[in-house]
Amino acid sequence: MSQGVTKLIHKYLRHDKKFPHVWCPGCGNGIVLGALIRAIDRIGLEKDEIVLASGIGCSGRMPVYVDFNTLHTTHGRALTFATGIKLAKPSLTVIAIMGDGDATAIGGNHFIHAARRNLNLTAIIINNQIYGMTGGQSSPTTPYGSYATTAPYGLIEHAFSIAELAVTAGAPFVARGTVYHVETLEDLVKKAILKRGFAVVEVISNCHVQYGRRNNMGDPVTMMKWMRDHAIRVEKASSMSIDDMEGKFTIGVLADVEKPIYTEEYQKIREGAIKGRPTGGPGHG
Amino acid sequence: MNNGAVLTGEHFLNGDVACAEGALAAGCNFFAGYPITPATEVAERMSRRLPKTGGIYIQMEDEIASMAAILGASWGGAKAMTSTSGPGFSLMMENIGLGMMTETPCVLVNIMRAGPSTGLPTLVGQADVMQARWGSHGDYGVIAISPASVQEMFDLTIEAFNLSEQYRQPVFILSDEVVGHMYEKLVIPPAERIHRIERRKPEKRPDEYVPFMGEEDLVPPMACAGEGYRVHVTGLTHDEMGYPHMFHTTQERLVRRLVDKIRLNADKIIRLESDFMEDAKVVVIAYGCVSRSAREAVERARSKGLKVGMLRLITVWPFPTKKLRELAGRVETFIIPEINYGQVAYEVERCAGDRAEIVQVGIMGGTVHSPEDIYDVIEEFAQ
Ligand SMILES: Cc1ncc(C[n+]2csc(CCOP(=O)(O)OP(=O)(O)O)c2C)c(N)n1
Ligand code: SF4
Repeated sequence: MSQGVTKLIHKYLRHDKKFPHVWCPGCGNGIVLGALIRAIDRIGLEKDEIVLASGIGCSGRMPVYVDFNTLHTTHGRALTFATGIKLAKPSLTVIAIMGDGDATAIGGNHFIHAARRNLNLTAIIINNQIYGMTGGQSSPTTPYGSYATTAPYGLIEHAFSIAELAVTAGAPFVARGTVYHVETLEDLVKKAILKRGFAVVEVISNCHVQYGRRNNMGDPVTMMKWMRDHAIRVEKASSMSIDDMEGKFTIGVLADVEKPIYTEEYQKIREGAIKGRPTGGPGHG
Repeated sequence: MNNGAVLTGEHFLNGDVACAEGALAAGCNFFAGYPITPATEVAERMSRRLPKTGGIYIQMEDEIASMAAILGASWGGAKAMTSTSGPGFSLMMENIGLGMMTETPCVLVNIMRAGPSTGLPTLVGQADVMQARWGSHGDYGVIAISPASVQEMFDLTIEAFNLSEQYRQPVFILSDEVVGHMYEKLVIPPAERIHRIERRKPEKRPDEYVPFMGEEDLVPPMACAGEGYRVHVTGLTHDEMGYPHMFHTTQERLVRRLVDKIRLNADKIIRLESDFMEDAKVVVIAYGCVSRSAREAVERARSKGLKVGMLRLITVWPFPTKKLRELAGRVETFIIPEINYGQVAYEVERCAGDRAEIVQVGIMGGTVHSPEDIYDVIEEFAQ
């Protein structure tokens, strides 16, 4: 292990929390955690200033290992807790980590509303295309035709594209990366944390144990190769034909726009209310 | 507090609005909710008042999110509240459990309407008493307070905040549509006369602090996010350090403490109002709006020389088991009028059914017992 990695581990992982972690060998979750920690280290955030909130799933177990303020909440609800804590203490950097089922099935409503509402939060969604923790049931991102324990004859539903969903729901910053393109991932996570506004990073990840195994990709290397061969940088994708993009997905920054931030808008309402303006808000003073 | 949160003076307001004012007077600075009759006026009042007092109001996408947001806010150091009614209360159950498991102070106001399901959205009910006690899965202790007047909506909301901070858990205001919508005089005292309890903070350094170790009263001091303690908070069964520990021994210690911190402090939490009890052979037990009719019925019966007493449950949970066991020896009949098919009556039966007659006077919802309804039953049993 390089000295740099040892230093990061020492600085950011909880010393009193006994390892090993709960994840399967080769799971992409660890790569996401690594990218997150390096991004935080590069930005230079104080550990006390960071909140990492998660829902339930393999991805949801991430917070316990890191030495931040950490909340492991209920399935699908990470963003709603994050909303409460961010509003109560806007000075904190609040990051929510979710699985694909977590964020887009049970938590789908919270996800689109968080995108619409635009608090200054970061949402990282580990999309491994399956319910990992419960043992391989289909999720809203399981591809059409693939197999899952609850789709033994092949899935007949159609998958969400999480990043595109976030763009449509109004998130001002949306990116997609993979656990294969690690440096890009770290960069995207860093950009997302630094973004002022609701920032989403969808990370295509490998659950070779529960997804890969049932779909001819039973080991992490095969799944990583699949990511390498199917990910197209957004810059390149724009010049490709629809036929060439068939079966591929884009990685990089999909949206980066400026929008009024909830806490700042609310602050204006407060100032107005204190001055005695009965109702009001932006543009309706 | 001189931020305008306490509207000292005399007012003429409804119960929902008094509840909101009570919350503000208690120091509530965060409200998340979703509109629902007959609780909407609480949210509307908060949305108007909180910006002026430096607090935050947010309308969430549903009640699941509202409950979650107030838990999050509480971990951000806020005094947080939500309000709802039947259907929304059902949706909140999941995260009520998380609030209990993670010992997160907050207040949840349920202005009860008649159910099940959408039921009678605009009309009164009291059938969420058992749901308040047992609604979320797993074992935990419950504090639920039932105001019977506009003044009490104010006073007892402050009390609910104090209890939630003291025992570090969600506390319920179990009110009803009649009390929520009724207009009465409300007297708000000067800010300095309002007794506020704040959550206990750790006195130890971060490296010595054990975040889920109960103190003498079984309640652990609470370090919130950003205070230098970097606590891990989880709905999984956790050890005293807050870390998941999937063993029955840890479960045993944790859940026993969660239940016991209410059970063993019950005498300090329970609030009852008893009248005419000295020689009473018949006792009417009531709470919320029904207690107003019950009081009138009991007073009328007394004026006619009937030996009737009145016990009003100000706290519905924890249930006054000890008190009822005591009374059961000398009281022959308990009459329980309530707007449900016998939820508190069921508890009374459990405590006193072996030694006294239990008379349930249920209405299924949509209206309140008239004093005559209750008087007639008293007369039948007190002759
Ligand atoms: C309300 C509720 N329903 C169901 C579950 C069971 N459950 C736990 S994790 C999970 C799915 C996990 O899948 P995903 O969110 O994609 O995360 P992953 O495990 O793949 O990281 C489910 C259904 C639960 N914990 N809570
Ligand atoms: S089941 Fe899948 S997602 Fe969960 S730890 Fe194993 S590989 Fe990772």
